[in-house]
Amino acid sequence: MVCPCRQTRKVSSLERLDPLKLKKLHNELRERRSEEVTIVIHMGTCGIASGAEEVLQAVLDVASEMGRSGVVIKTSGCAGLCSREPMLTVEVTGAPPVKYVNVDPAKARRIYSEHVLGHQPVSDYAIGVGCERIH
Amino acid sequence: MSKKAVTKTRSLSVCHGSCCVLAGARDVAAALKAALKENLPGARVKVKKGRCSARCGGGPVVTVEPDGTVYTGVTPGDAAEIVKKHVAGGKVVRRLAAKAKVEPGPIPALGESGFFKDQVLIAMRNRGRIDPDSIDDYIANEGYLGMAKAVTEMKPEQIVAEVKKAGLRGRGGGGFPTGLKWEICRNSPSCDDKYIICNADEGDPGAFMDRSLLESDPHSVIEGMIIGARAIGATRGYVYVREEYPLACDRVIKAIDDARAYGLLGESILKSDFSFDIDVVRGAGAFVCGEETALMASIEGKEGKPRPRPPFPAQSGLWGKPTNVNNVETWANVPPIALRGGAWYASLGTARSKGTKVFSLVGKVKNTGLIEVPMGTTMRQIIFDIGGGVLKDRELKAVQTGGPSGGCIPADMMDIPVDYEELARAGSIMGSGGLIVMDDETCMVDVARYFVEFLEDESCGKCTPCREGITRMREILDRIVEGKGKRGDIELLERLAFTIKEASLCGLGATAPNPVLTTLKYFRDEYEAHIYKKRCPAGVCKALIIYRVVAGKCTGCQRCVRACPVGAISGPRSQPHNLDQDKCIKCGACYEVCKFDAIAGDAIYVE
Repeated sequence: MVCPCRQTRKVSSLERLDPLKLKKLHNELRERRSEEVTIVIHMGTCGIASGAEEVLQAVLDVASEMGRSGVVIKTSGCAGLCSREPMLTVEVTGAPPVKYVNVDPAKARRIYSEHVLGHQPVSDYAIGVGCERIH
Repeated sequence: MSKKAVTKTRSLSVCHGSCCVLAGARDVAAALKAALKENLPGARVKVKKGRCSARCGGGPVVTVEPDGTVYTGVTPGDAAEIVKKHVAGGKVVRRLAAKAKVEPGPIPALGESGFFKDQVLIAMRNRGRIDPDSIDDYIANEGYLGMAKAVTEMKPEQIVAEVKKAGLRGRGGGGFPTGLKWEICRNSPSCDDKYIICNADEGDPGAFMDRSLLESDPHSVIEGMIIGARAIGATRGYVYVREEYPLACDRVIKAIDDARAYGLLGESILKSDFSFDIDVVRGAGAFVCGEETALMASIEGKEGKPRPRPPFPAQSGLWGKPTNVNNVETWANVPPIALRGGAWYASLGTARSKGTKVFSLVGKVKNTGLIEVPMGTTMRQIIFDIGGGVLKDRELKAVQTGGPSGGCIPADMMDIPVDYEELARAGSIMGSGGLIVMDDETCMVDVARYFVEFLEDESCGKCTPCREGITRMREILDRIVEGKGKRGDIELLERLAFTIKEASLCGLGATAPNPVLTTLKYFRDEYEAHIYKKRCPAGVCKALIIYRVVAGKCTGCQRCVRACPVGAISGPRSQPHNLDQDKCIKCGACYEVCKFDAIAGDAIYVE
């Protein structure tokens, strides 16, 4: 399944880069990334095997019902904690990201309406808030 | 909704509660109106007087509707930016956006306890954050900046020097210093081509580091390979990945295509004079093809069988040309080293093992998954802090590291720091990073037999010690778990192990006896119980279990009578039942269903 964020985002035209253009592109993309509410569905093999595609579908459905202005829906690889998949991460601009575990379509709908749109994390399904430590 | 339509329907609500008015809301409203007139003449964007927004400490407050974005502490000077960037451009002005209310109470901080606390990411730095199919997402997260630096600002010798300074060692298992390996290949004479290979032929049972890295961040491996190619002077690279990883294959192929389209791969990379390209070769999933000479034979289209070394691949590898093989995780570590320098990388880890290591934590542990920890983290931290402890809070017996080529580390050695040297001292190996946790219900003889059987299947059969020796070992272990073990079997196993280790052609054979040797070293009593007492202490080996009804505990509920598939249990209700040993097939069904183990131990127990 294609990551839904690329359906809404303008993909920069794939032109051959030189070092300066690469740095410019990096700066532009970083800026764009930091300005949106993001919901990430973790879709490694482990996530998909435990139902991440159904969760993604539920998120897309609820987004089309309730609106997705200012919201980026995207997919990524495994988040690490395979035994608690499917997992979601929601990051509201200005707040640390929140990771959700053992998500199913019903939980995903609640997370979308309360956290993504309402900016209130759903503590019932969350495992932790904050970023991972990157050296 | 198109951008135009949104602009039309957006409105600005300036809070006119008394606190905000005192803080200057009226001036802000006037400035917003002026900015709208100047920047969006003709657009019907309303500036409304809002009711108190209850953010009285942060006034003046401006809310952009319908987006719901709240700006606090707005001054008249900010008006133009809000209008231009958000009302017209649809982008949030991050510096002014109110922090979302995150209640710290019920949700624990990721860095304070549990699975994520002790992890530090380098190889998996982008995990869960980027879309693996989007090269733009990778570039947004510093992707290809390390490569750009290596290709345009550094000499190949400097790249090698940084990797050496980093102390990076092969993450596939051997732990050979990567910088040195590159240098040997770089200095190896060749009239034309040199090759580099990414070994993604991950075959250890219970290991999935390489798969996950390729699935979640394929560009980091590709970027690492480009940097390596530049350092070594290679013209072509191969990613050797197993066909049974379809998602990893698809994502790495897409990543290579995208990198090529951006001019980051192929002819004159980043418009420099350096050219390098990568192909993906799908392996059929033979364990022995993880061995580098067998892997190269497989790429050449020959049978995946190893050959004697020397000559080493750095001298004569793929198609007789100097070749450098590194594992997926090793390559993924290279881009940040190029970008931040070797000293930065070497600041983590132990004296001789630097940086971090990715492990797949599996088996009888509560949190299974993929972890990345600094070298030197203790096994106890990994299993009890990150892993959350043993499943069902049973007793820890051992941890198997390094897959079939590795060994078992017993529970009383859990305080050893995990690095190449300490694991070798314990008789095991780092391997590619599989950690299998075993509890007191695991039979160590059965574990050894499982791994030996796996290796018997995977042995290519080229050399006799491996082909015949492993088969004989499996036969002896079969005999022991069936209760037919003989006096002298342990000594025979040890002799065979020594011969196989010494005389095998490749790493598969040379490490094949490790599971037997380490279980013999730390759990010899279990072997002796199997052979001399005909008992399996863990209650796993069926031939050595006797199921009996404990008359004092049995209430005569007849659950087991119904569960027994062969009618071996009989007895009237409310009286202790009889179990006919001649009929019993030791399936354990009665043991599973008996309800009275919780109250007064097992009514039917394992001897």
